[in-house]
Amino acid sequence: MNKPNVGLFVTCLVDLYRPNVGFATIKLLEQAGCTVEVPKSQTCCGQPALNSGDYANSRDIAKQVIETFANFDYVVAPSGSCIGTIKTHYTELFENDPEWLNKAEDLSRRSHELFSFLTDIIKFDAVLSTFPAKATYHDSCSGLRELGVKNQPRHLLGNVKDLTLKEMRNSEVCCGFGGTFCVKYPEISTRMASDKVESITASGAEVLLGGDMGCLLNISGRLKRLDSTVKVYHTAEVLADMTNIPAIGDGEND
Amino acid sequence: MQSNSHNFKKNVKGALQDKELQIALAHVQEGFINKRALAVDKLAEFEQLREQAKQIRNHTLEHLDYYLERYEQAVTKLGGQVHWARDSKEACEIVLNICQQAEAKSVIKGKSMVSEEIGLNEVLEQSGMDVIESDLGEYILQLAEEPPSHIIAPAIHKTRDQISDLFVKHHAQYGFSERQTTVPNLVNEARAVLRKRFLEADVGITGGNFLVAETGSNIIVTNEGNGDLSCTLPKVHIVTSGIEKVVPTLDDATALLRLLGRSATGQEITSYTTFSSGPKRPEDLDGPEQYHVVLVDNVRSKMLADEFREMLRCIRCGACMNHCPVYGSVGGHVYGWVYPGPMGVVLSSMNLGLEETKDLANACTLNGRCAEVCPVKIPLPDLLRNLRRQQHEARLNSLAVRYGLNIWAAIAKRPAIYAAMMRIAMPLMGALGRKRGRFRYFPLAGGWTAGRDLPAPQGSTFQSLYSKRTRQKT
Repeated sequence: MNKPNVGLFVTCLVDLYRPNVGFATIKLLEQAGCTVEVPKSQTCCGQPALNSGDYANSRDIAKQVIETFANFDYVVAPSGSCIGTIKTHYTELFENDPEWLNKAEDLSRRSHELFSFLTDIIKFDAVLSTFPAKATYHDSCSGLRELGVKNQPRHLLGNVKDLTLKEMRNSEVCCGFGGTFCVKYPEISTRMASDKVESITASGAEVLLGGDMGCLLNISGRLKRLDSTVKVYHTAEVLADMTNIPAIGDGEND
Repeated sequence: MQSNSHNFKKNVKGALQDKELQIALAHVQEGFINKRALAVDKLAEFEQLREQAKQIRNHTLEHLDYYLERYEQAVTKLGGQVHWARDSKEACEIVLNICQQAEAKSVIKGKSMVSEEIGLNEVLEQSGMDVIESDLGEYILQLAEEPPSHIIAPAIHKTRDQISDLFVKHHAQYGFSERQTTVPNLVNEARAVLRKRFLEADVGITGGNFLVAETGSNIIVTNEGNGDLSCTLPKVHIVTSGIEKVVPTLDDATALLRLLGRSATGQEITSYTTFSSGPKRPEDLDGPEQYHVVLVDNVRSKMLADEFREMLRCIRCGACMNHCPVYGSVGGHVYGWVYPGPMGVVLSSMNLGLEETKDLANACTLNGRCAEVCPVKIPLPDLLRNLRRQQHEARLNSLAVRYGLNIWAAIAKRPAIYAAMMRIAMPLMGALGRKRGRFRYFPLAGGWTAGRDLPAPQGSTFQSLYSKRTRQKT
């Protein structure tokens, strides 16, 4: 049987901020028996334009993504937010363009968020990782509500050796990132991040995990500002046993 | 009601610093969110009911003209009268005219958001009438001279302490000298004051939760019984309602009622569900001599014809605002008009225009929790995104935002340039932040760093590291 050929959509935040998450994703996909390719001609899914109401730019960027990933069995990204855009919103951009609508629908069918892909599509959960810590999980909104990502990461984390998952109160409530929202309305965003930090702290966890870099940067930023010692990692890093670099927002001195 | 939506950003700063407001907002979690969750868990068919409700509302909107005419016929047959108002001004004139015909001096009101929408109280008061709100929350706000901050819990922004103070200040004239601090005592004091006003009132005005086309009945749901008294005691009963509130049959209304209480307050059914069907008949023991329904359009018929039609499914339960983390952070007054929260963003934008309400649709993370709890499945995030698209097309967003978007998009559309720029920028930023792992301040990121540190990037971009790795392999 041929190995499924997966195109990795790295996402701009992982590309720029946390390459480790990209490599962790490749490792997991390869462990799951896929061949992984990373097309060079990818940048961003276009969500900032889409959510700012700029449909013209969104369409151009969507076309670029559609063409770049035309020939893969699957397209996988370590983000519910970016896959949410590709899977559920690209088609809305081409409502009056049957040719591109067709292509967008085709891409939508092949696109999956990482944990959902591993669990629901490729049925992989033989995680080879050890992470001795008490961790709590933040459900990112797009992954949760647009894609139904909820139990998949928890199931996978359940197979990590020495990891205890402690649920926080309101794990499904938005952390206040919201893309451009966090800089357009920084006071509301910070207030929401503070609520999230309060839930994390109350859970007694030492580590915060999630599946979207946007949320993780936001939560980590607020945790650090409040001098919290909670470490922040992307779940893919933990599952791939690649937590040997400083946590998000931590330095060499931490 | 006068809009203050253009001051949204300023309003937000005030709300975040308002200690009493922040204490009051903490009650949303236990008072609404937890109770709704329990009620939903107990009803196995809740999800099917949502779908059924959506279909009922869609069907009604599809044939709105037909059901409105049937409703009017039914009301007329009962001996009542239906009045049609194109806008707030017409609606207020109609109500004022009815009150003046009845030589009303005193008007008692049940809770009605439409009456807030059309600014009815001011119009009646200017004509010398005494207008009393009988819903406890609305009554508190009337004393405080404030607009509601929530559609079903209008005074949710007030703490019990603030209410005690208000009662001391305003009830001394009725002989209440002791400061009450418990909820039952406060309610009893308000009830004693209001009872006399009910008996004095010449006209009672209520809203309408559902208008049943089949029977001509108006249904209202309350928890205090004030609605019943407003309907039945005065000799004239006026219902003010939006044209979209009509439903075909009593069965339809029942299905929606099962969702309304649960979605709003987590109640299986509210304490009172009141059906008003026309004026008092000869064999009735009580009831009004005259029964009027004022149906208000405002922008509803326009919405019916455009891409915001789905908003008209709304049954005003307030679940979207209860679950909105932005509302939960800043409360309802910051939105600046009658309807707050996610549903209010859409309705305000429709009523006041995109320019006045520019901030509202943008002050949302599109997290989708509102749509998840909406009993009639209104896709609120999609509607908000649509408002942003209209703003962008009308060039209402700031030049800085437009330029920023265009520059960013120009780079995002050119992967080679993007990669070249980031290959230089990210290692630089990474090197600057490596030791601490984060920045307390970063140029052009003041919005972020005011309340948060900015995590430093790992260093090289993924793409450059990946290229190196594949080169080494081959």
